[in-house]
Amino acid sequence: MAEAFDTSYTDQEFTVIGNRTLRPDGVDKVTGRARYGADATAPGQLVGLILRSPHAHAKIKKIDTSKAEKLPGVKAVLTSADLPDLTNGNRGNYDILENCMARDRALYDGHAVAAVAATDMETAKQALKLIKVSYKKLPHVTDVDAAMQDSAPIVQPHIKKADDQTQSTNIANVSTFGHGDVEAGFAAADYIVEESFKTEQTHQGYIEPHACLASVGPDGQGELWVTTQGHFTFRSVCSDLLGMDIAKLKVTSSEIGGGFGGKTHVWIEPVALALSRKCNRPVKMTMTRDEVFRATGPTASTSMDIKVGATKDGRITAATAHIRYQDGAFPGIWGMLGAMTAFACYDLENCQSVGYDVLVNRPKVAAYRAPSAPMAAFGVESCMDLMAEKVGMSPVDFRLKNAAQEGTRASYGPTYGPIGIGATLRAVKNHPHMRARLGKNQGRGMACGFWFNFGGQTCVDMNIGTDGTVNLTVGTVDVGGARASMGMIAAEELGIPYEDVKVTVGDTTSLGHNDTTEGSRGTFSSGMATIFAARNAVEELKARAAQTWDIDIGDVAWEDGQAIAKGVKGSNLPPLSLKELAKASPRTGGPIAGHNEVVADGAGVSFASHICDVEVDPETGATKILRYTVVQDAGKAIHPDYVEGQMQGAAAQGIGWALNEEYIYGDDGTLQNAGFLDYRIPVCSDLPMIDTKILEIPNPNHPYGIRGVGETSIVPPLAAIASAVSNAVGVRMTHTPMSPPRILKAINEAK
Amino acid sequence: MRYEAPTTTKEAAKLLAKEKGAAHLLAGGTDLLVRMKGGFIEPDLVVDIKRIPATQSIQKTASGFTIGAGVSCASVGRDKGLGKAWPGVVEAAMLIGSDQIQGRCTMAGNLCNASPAADSVPAMVAARAKAVVVGPKGKRTVPVEKIVTGPGATSLKKGELVEAIKLPKPEARSGDAYLRFIPRTEMDIAVCSAGVNLTLGAGGVVKKARVALGAVAPTVVLVPAAARAIVGTKLDDAALEKLAKTCEAACNPIDDKRGTVEFRTQVAGVLAKRAAKIAYQRAGGK
Repeated sequence: MAEAFDTSYTDQEFTVIGNRTLRPDGVDKVTGRARYGADATAPGQLVGLILRSPHAHAKIKKIDTSKAEKLPGVKAVLTSADLPDLTNGNRGNYDILENCMARDRALYDGHAVAAVAATDMETAKQALKLIKVSYKKLPHVTDVDAAMQDSAPIVQPHIKKADDQTQSTNIANVSTFGHGDVEAGFAAADYIVEESFKTEQTHQGYIEPHACLASVGPDGQGELWVTTQGHFTFRSVCSDLLGMDIAKLKVTSSEIGGGFGGKTHVWIEPVALALSRKCNRPVKMTMTRDEVFRATGPTASTSMDIKVGATKDGRITAATAHIRYQDGAFPGIWGMLGAMTAFACYDLENCQSVGYDVLVNRPKVAAYRAPSAPMAAFGVESCMDLMAEKVGMSPVDFRLKNAAQEGTRASYGPTYGPIGIGATLRAVKNHPHMRARLGKNQGRGMACGFWFNFGGQTCVDMNIGTDGTVNLTVGTVDVGGARASMGMIAAEELGIPYEDVKVTVGDTTSLGHNDTTEGSRGTFSSGMATIFAARNAVEELKARAAQTWDIDIGDVAWEDGQAIAKGVKGSNLPPLSLKELAKASPRTGGPIAGHNEVVADGAGVSFASHICDVEVDPETGATKILRYTVVQDAGKAIHPDYVEGQMQGAAAQGIGWALNEEYIYGDDGTLQNAGFLDYRIPVCSDLPMIDTKILEIPNPNHPYGIRGVGETSIVPPLAAIASAVSNAVGVRMTHTPMSPPRILKAINEAK
Repeated sequence: MRYEAPTTTKEAAKLLAKEKGAAHLLAGGTDLLVRMKGGFIEPDLVVDIKRIPATQSIQKTASGFTIGAGVSCASVGRDKGLGKAWPGVVEAAMLIGSDQIQGRCTMAGNLCNASPAADSVPAMVAARAKAVVVGPKGKRTVPVEKIVTGPGATSLKKGELVEAIKLPKPEARSGDAYLRFIPRTEMDIAVCSAGVNLTLGAGGVVKKARVALGAVAPTVVLVPAAARAIVGTKLDDAALEKLAKTCEAACNPIDDKRGTVEFRTQVAGVLAKRAAKIAYQRAGGK
């Protein structure tokens, strides 16, 4: 077992941390030298393509691949028959297997039904056309509320009603959180606010499509180059599904062109490996944008009912939320996460939140940046504004009065340590943005958001070269600046310049298991392991110095990147720098390294409060974001540029979600807008410069006080913008996206 | 698939007429190549018209302007004379796609692609633009509103192609404008749009007007009733309201991923009012 280090926060002085150092991947990314998922090639590689269901729900009666197999240039054709069920009763894995390749039924428009590998793209395309699939169309359901009706078509018949095991249902899970007596709380209220809300389905919208290069030899050993947020997880899942040994599947993560949760799950990768295994040739697969939209994992659409009660003086007496998440065709944990986050910002005596996971004929829902929290916050925060108005308080003061604080029992169970919700609200209250004047047709909104942040398994390796430069190998994929942050932490601990550290994301054969970069865990957990690995290396450096000086290691201190001899015996000895010790290392015991593996525990929760100004054209319903301010608690900002970038990026995605992004399904259950033309993420000219203010309330469970920062700021925008729009047009908006047709309709109806 | 790049329009027409399979014309390629890459069409013959000199220039003549079918919208935007004479047409052409698309896309291509949402078409219709059509039987000049017959369909016969767009010399005291609605600020397709061209008489009274709407029917609609609503007025509020109502009455849109019937109809009227005001100012009205 590794030496145990103390993970608690110490208020130390930093020299490297907190600077805005150059990003290590910058030159490669702007020159095109960076290699993404589709940038790998191998001798003899084939092109892999997938045939997808054109139907929302259909029985697959027969798949005839004989013509495709005979086409010259086709090396492998694959159906579910080539992917036997090895999941051994693990339903979660079976769901992944079925999602990667439909078995007896196609469950959504875009569901994979067959695949080919051929010598070139034209041949592969032709082969897809030669595969004949006989479908029997089945009734489908794509709306979350419709799917909960008893009469709805059933998506997964094996899921039964909790109270009647003979009846199938689309309600896969019901998760309830809360405490106190909500009935008594509502009875004690002077005012009640009750409102229903809807959010449409959105996609993470990463620019890089899923892509991989898979190669499996006749001996069963395999390699996978892939764009992913977690190559260790991909290795586990793929080896499980395909019956491979974990050690014999080497997965290398490429540079990643955006993930936001969507690259935490496998989609094409098991298929590419299975095709390669069938023909023993490398197979490269790259999704088209159409495939990314139809067949990867967008976030849930939701429908919800929120109720809040408060006294005349603005104290909340009770709050309830019933939130229905559509999970696509396979059950997830989205309803549970939504129910957990719904009231996390507040100190409530009586609260209850219920999350429903509901199946529909849409693609399997995946994580999207603080998954499930933005929708819950949309409903809850909108109601907080409505209640503030009723009690005659400003939205900020009302929230401050009810905000959670250290010692508050969170609505989802735990008792909070030091947290930043109050601090972000006070920063908003004092921000000049709150006092800026508004013109005609303009409105302002503010809202809060919460995210848990995760920790988990992490493992890093540090190797010091003989010239004193340092290789740090981490296993968490760099989706948001981790290489820069880890390099800074290593430099800080060793006392050397940041430029002397090179950070690499290692493949799965070079490190122990690392959990996926998700839940804003990368900087928190790999940062912790890097600190300990560096301290581990420092112990070795001190030992080498003690050996050189022939003094006791207890008389060696490490300061500013050098060993200092202490005590009587060492009084005349000049310091030994890391460079000197590294240079001498071949003669003092060989390479100097540091290592650490840890289950990082105690990820600090994070809060953000946002302010938004909009102008709405009352004749067209078009909304322009005039000004946007993000205040967020980062615990400790290792690299402020990246932290601000995360805050701005999350707000930008929230703005898209609030105003225009949505999956639009036709009556036939097929996706109508599977492309960036009609799935409208914001373009640069749609957004103002997003102002940021980083607060640093240290996480007591991390030596540097780090909290995750990547996700929290996608939580408040839906509600902040909804309140701003509602204030501008005088009608409460309860359905996202607040697209121009929806806003104009609301204005017309209010007339 | 064969690729041909003839140097005369006549030769291009002959190639198109002879081809038994699916023949497609390539000007800017911003629609054609996207459709080919998306697998929506598989041409047997692609005829590139950019090597034909007649398609490559903007000519100013005594009667107006001739814009070659291969002239990019970016070039249209750079032509100062054209911008002064037909600011509405030019701003419509400049709204197509992105900066990158602007370097390739053409007004003739925008017309012949026959999308009801084509940005340059309502402005061209309002401006009384004509298409110079060359075919096996020679050359004819056709008002642009006669080219498109429905979504993706044109009145061009086999072997025919548009060689150029002709814009008349603008009348004295006239002005034009084009507005479209998109949910974003750029890189989008019109949800609905309006082109207005008007000429003023004595005392700033509208003497002649043409109003055309886009994306509210299978083809761009010329709305004579909307023109009548503002002729004889100085665009007072009542006239503008009547303009909006007549435009709404002329709409026959669909509900789709880009907008609802209700939204398109209402906003088409709003855009017509706003475009009329801009055109009025450009014509010298106060």
